Amino acid sequence: MLEIKNLHVKLEDEDKQILKGVNLTVEAGKVHAIMGPNGSGKSTLSYVLSGRDGYEVTDGEATLDGADLLDLEPEERAAAGLFLAFQYPVEIPGVGNLTFLRTAVNAQRKARGEEELSSADFLKVVRERAKTLKIDADMLKRPVNVGFSGGEKKRNEILQMAMLEPKMCILDETDSGLDVDAMKLVSEGVNALRSEGRSFLVITHYQRLLDHIKPDVVHIMANGRIIKTGGPELALEVENNGYADLLAEVE
Amino acid sequence: MAALDRPELDVKEGVDQDTVDAVAKLSGKYKYGWETEIEMEYAPKGVNPDIVRLISEKNEEPEWMTEWRLAAFERWETMTEPKWAMVNYPEIDFQDQYYYARPKSMVEKPKSLDDVDPKLLETYKKLGIPLKEQMILAGVEGAEDYKEGERKVAVDAVFDSVSVGTTFKKELEKAGVIFCSISEAIKNHPELVKKYLGSVVPVSDNYYATLNSAVFSDGSFVYIPPNTRCPMELSTYFRINAENTGQFERTLIIADKGSYVSYLEGCTAPQRDTAQLHAAVVEIIVEEDAEVKYSTVQNWFPGDENGKGGIYNFVTKRADCRGDRSKVMWTQVETGSAVTWKYPSCILRGNDSQGEFYSIAIANNYQQADTGTKMIHLGKNTKSRIVSKGISAGKAQNTYRGLVSMHPKAKNSRNYTQCDSLLIGSQCGAHTVPYIEVKNNSSRVEHEATTSKVDDDQLFYCRQRGMDEEEAVALVVNGFCKEVLQALPMEFAMEAQQLVAISLEGSVG
Ligand SMILES: Nc1ncnc2c1ncn2[C@@H]1O[C@H](COP(=O)(O)OP(=O)(O)O)[C@@H](O)[C@H]1O
Ligand SMILES: [Mg+2]
Repeated sequence: MLEIKNLHVKLEDEDKQILKGVNLTVEAGKVHAIMGPNGSGKSTLSYVLSGRDGYEVTDGEATLDGADLLDLEPEERAAAGLFLAFQYPVEIPGVGNLTFLRTAVNAQRKARGEEELSSADFLKVVRERAKTLKIDADMLKRPVNVGFSGGEKKRNEILQMAMLEPKMCILDETDSGLDVDAMKLVSEGVNALRSEGRSFLVITHYQRLLDHIKPDVVHIMANGRIIKTGGPELALEVENNGYADLLAEVE
Repeated sequence: MAALDRPELDVKEGVDQDTVDAVAKLSGKYKYGWETEIEMEYAPKGVNPDIVRLISEKNEEPEWMTEWRLAAFERWETMTEPKWAMVNYPEIDFQDQYYYARPKSMVEKPKSLDDVDPKLLETYKKLGIPLKEQMILAGVEGAEDYKEGERKVAVDAVFDSVSVGTTFKKELEKAGVIFCSISEAIKNHPELVKKYLGSVVPVSDNYYATLNSAVFSDGSFVYIPPNTRCPMELSTYFRINAENTGQFERTLIIADKGSYVSYLEGCTAPQRDTAQLHAAVVEIIVEEDAEVKYSTVQNWFPGDENGKGGIYNFVTKRADCRGDRSKVMWTQVETGSAVTWKYPSCILRGNDSQGEFYSIAIANNYQQADTGTKMIHLGKNTKSRIVSKGISAGKAQNTYRGLVSMHPKAKNSRNYTQCDSLLIGSQCGAHTVPYIEVKNNSSRVEHEATTSKVDDDQLFYCRQRGMDEEEAVALVVNGFCKEVLQALPMEFAMEAQQLVAISLEGSVG
């Protein structure tokens, strides 16, 4: 599904190398987790994959089902099935959540040459999926993320993911700022989407999320590289001992 | 009257220079830029007392009207063009314009659809006016008796200088509402016209208004009798078709005691590389307990991406809230014109009267907009509210200029002004020029202003969800304009949203 090879990325305006050769393959239907200290480049990886401005790829490649991601516009990557649940979801004043969702869903359908969803069909599906995430009618009407609590913002990201039905989902610290109940809702939302054709890349600091969303593979990222890859037990090791030992190992 | 210091501007940082730099050019996608080839009858170029007399004669006006016009012309000759607005345009040669043009087919009213110049019909079709109304607009006699569809908007269409027809006339008459062209009103309702014309915008008001008073060729007239709620929305559709022709329409709306009317105005013009002049005057009289909503979607040709051509839009619009508890609400979406000079105003004369002004002004490429409002508080407990959303893209300049004046007798009056500017790109400008004068101790004026840039994070968020960049900009900008779009009647709100998208096409790279 997602294949990243030797990815080197620097900031566009500064001489600062952030990713220093990332190699990562996520197979279809699998859940991979990335853990790592702050500043190690996890968010940068998610931004570069989704096409945010401000970064320069100096070497390496990234493909989604064989298609060169780095060559595409952000919206083309989205239409190809790449979704990023943002670490900091963005507020869009004056634009209703429903309007936003519908515009997004139809934009992707259009890009893929599919028919637009009718208002009635769209509403039916949204209401259903919103309900399981405990997103009420009021939250659907309010402007996108404006005045949302941290937990509401993250649930809203998962709702967007559920509506867009991407095949490659990247979740960037979706668990940060969530209380226990919200964490459960979000994980259930994610688990409900797990399927053979859909893969996940879950970026997190904490084992707790991985208790709910069971990863197949865990990677540790530090200083712009994946320094260790293992099974779920690797996450537990980090939870108990921190990153210090792992970092020492590499050096 | 002195301009206050610029209020603190709240500029959002963090916009990526690249998006900002990548301001592309509008690719001449103006949707209404075609021209109708119709045989026209023109008066000779230029303006002088003979032309004024000719216009009056063509409209079969009574002597008093001719005199009124001639007095205005005499006045105009002593005036000079105002230069205080933040707009720059080449000198207008007022003698190199046609002041009167009308489709030849309108000289004699067609008897049936077959007699109507098919090109005129075609024009209305392209403008999206429903078929059933096209016939009436084309001036077919008796067409009003046809059963009309669901759409309850009465339309008066002005094609170049001449009103070509008004729909739903009979139905309106039943309610006692008069909705006709101003030339008809001059003939059929002289007592109303004499009483009110020039009573809100005096003949000597300003250069363009005075010129309009002398040479206005047509426009709309509305009278709502006491305690009457107008049974449908009224709408005037203006189109400039002929080349080198100025359009000077005149609108007069009278809402008698306890009445209500919502009025819509829409405008388009063909795409030409010579600039065209539009100098309209709108006067609204609001009596005791009456309420008028006036909405404009102005989409005149803005000129091409190099700033060539376009409409010069110099408009005087003013409402006089004469009666106690009277209310007026101006809503405007200004996306077109090369140069806009326009300040719909409210004179709050009656006690407890209210004025509201909601505005979206979009300027792209080389467009220049200097627009705003005046709220003149004369009566006690008067209230006004101003919400202005200015959007600048390309090399455009957008100025909000607003006056709030609390007179000594306007005790306990309130004004709230909110003035937001949004910049797309780094070569455009937004300016806020509030003038505030308060001459009593019990009134309060609040002014808030913000300037922000279209945020890269917002655009990226939208694009990550699948929207292309133009869609994303349109969505964000429509969000920015939300409060104003909500003030528009439903039908117009939809059109306006699309217009926002169209007029910003090519504003990001
Ligand atoms: N746009 C940027 N400008 C300056 N520094 C940046 C930018 N993006 C990322 N960085 C830097 O790159 C490093 C990696 O950041 P990030 O990818 O956010 O790490 P993580 O998500 O793992 O905490 C940090 O040192 C961060 O400060
Ligand atoms: Mg991060």
